[in-house]
Amino acid sequence: MTNILIIAELAEGKVKKSTHSAITFARSVGAPFSILVIGQGAKGAAADVAAFGAAKLLVCDDAYLVGPVCERFAPTVAEVAKKGFDVVVVTASSFGKDVAPRVAARIGAGYVPDISSVKVDGDKLVFRRPVFAGNAYANCELTTAIKVVSVRQSEFTPAEPSGGASPTEDVALAAKDPAADRVEFIGLETAKSERPDLGEAKVIVSGGRALKEKFAEVLDPLAALLGAAVGASRAACDAGYAPPELQVGQTGRVVAPRLYFAIGISGAIQHLAGMKGSKTIVAINKDADAPIFQVADYGLVADLFVAVPELITELKKAT
Amino acid sequence: MKILVPLKRVSDPDNANKVKVTGGKLDASGLEWKPNPFDEYAVEAALRLTENGTNTKARVGEVVVVTFGPKEAETTLRAALATGADKAIRIDALDDALDGDVVARALKALVDKEKPDLVLLGKQAVDGDSNQVGQLLAEYLGWPQATFAASIKSNADKALIVSREVDGGALNLKLTLPAVVSVDLRIVAPKSVTSIHTPATHTYPDGVRFAALMAIMAAKKKPMTEVKLADLVTDAATKIKYTGFELPPSRKAGIKVKTVAELVEKLKNEAKAL
Repeated sequence: MTNILIIAELAEGKVKKSTHSAITFARSVGAPFSILVIGQGAKGAAADVAAFGAAKLLVCDDAYLVGPVCERFAPTVAEVAKKGFDVVVVTASSFGKDVAPRVAARIGAGYVPDISSVKVDGDKLVFRRPVFAGNAYANCELTTAIKVVSVRQSEFTPAEPSGGASPTEDVALAAKDPAADRVEFIGLETAKSERPDLGEAKVIVSGGRALKEKFAEVLDPLAALLGAAVGASRAACDAGYAPPELQVGQTGRVVAPRLYFAIGISGAIQHLAGMKGSKTIVAINKDADAPIFQVADYGLVADLFVAVPELITELKKAT
Repeated sequence: MKILVPLKRVSDPDNANKVKVTGGKLDASGLEWKPNPFDEYAVEAALRLTENGTNTKARVGEVVVVTFGPKEAETTLRAALATGADKAIRIDALDDALDGDVVARALKALVDKEKPDLVLLGKQAVDGDSNQVGQLLAEYLGWPQATFAASIKSNADKALIVSREVDGGALNLKLTLPAVVSVDLRIVAPKSVTSIHTPATHTYPDGVRFAALMAIMAAKKKPMTEVKLADLVTDAATKIKYTGFELPPSRKAGIKVKTVAELVEKLKNEAKAL
């Protein structure tokens, strides 16, 4: 009988919404699941996931858990996993991708990264995952007793609360990994933004190198009007027009919003890998032959510096 | 500093959309082999850490490159030797017999022999897109790790200050060597790698270096050794079994609109996206 352990991701004393995608994974397997809420402030954060139908909330709150520095988290995650769980799941955020393989190696488990769906086939779990920058999908299985997986936030619609209150249980910190003594956490530099997180936004307005120094000046008003997150192509980030954390693609974030605007983005394979799953794609580009038009539902060949302000005016009229 | 850089050859990433699936099997046979771009960035970072940037012909330290594959995979290693790596090791194996876990366990055994101060590798190979070997290897070695490195600063070659590109910002760590670092693409920006051997004022050209013809010739004389996979891992069983491949559902062909007003009308009434 499958028993799933979800690793919650915390930020600023709250469970990040990305965790809801791992809950969706557990529900789609249809097996009982528990949630490990681990990190500084976990005691307070546990309430955020109390009403999702977990069998248990396992809470490990300790000042040692800074960072997230994965060497400090992995031993406790591994110890908990060995206590009766056979699937360990985390959302494939930068945190999840950092810690999950480390946990897998620690307990001799197999690891499948970045899955887009799961199918229960008798007593087997068949995982589906994108390969070749999303140009093919692979089906795979793990041969190990405990299986570790990370799930794509863009493919597992965030779970909604189902009511009730899961019982909580405190978990002690496991014996420390000596490797952790050789990592010092210096700090996390985050750019404060008024805009929603790329992984959670329903609408994303992304810009390319064509925007030049006017990146924010042109895109911010459109994003504000739509309540959208702002994204960027690699070229725009490399040129310094947009900060790296806005990058969408094989490097950066993989997103699948309801509506995605690609503005002045040519559509390199590496960018498409990060946004092809969006429900509706709009492309605005001067170059009628840009590859982005091959994935766009609506393409507009136009000068973006004229089209975007006009779009803002038209949207205001229409809504 | 001695640095080990694992490399993988991949099917041409710029033509990944030409990958075919025949009878549930992946067919990339029409595509050329190329070095995995993220691994090329790792080689460049390793070279920058082991040289004075004003004289890139002399190595201060050692860069060892390693790959898994049949004899032909040596092409990937020779290319790295030509840009400045000192020696190469090919672990003889068939591509299909490997997964990230076997690769990490074999690298662990190789690290025990070679004793590098640092393993530097790409954050992921762009064929499987798994992003796992660095983390698995770090755990098997009991070493600290820094994934998605966007900048590395060497601290007396005893420690590294690494800036990791994470969701929503930059996470900075100080790692005491030996350690495993996986690199992201901005590691090859002009000022991303700071070595103690290079003047602080030095700026590199953006991207990876190219080998001169003389260096390509000279690389043929650099040491290339072959190791059998079985000499490194007693249990070469993979933990992951691929059971089949499919092409992604194709997107319905879109349309070109003529005006912004038409775009808004379609978004509102046809796509119901507003």
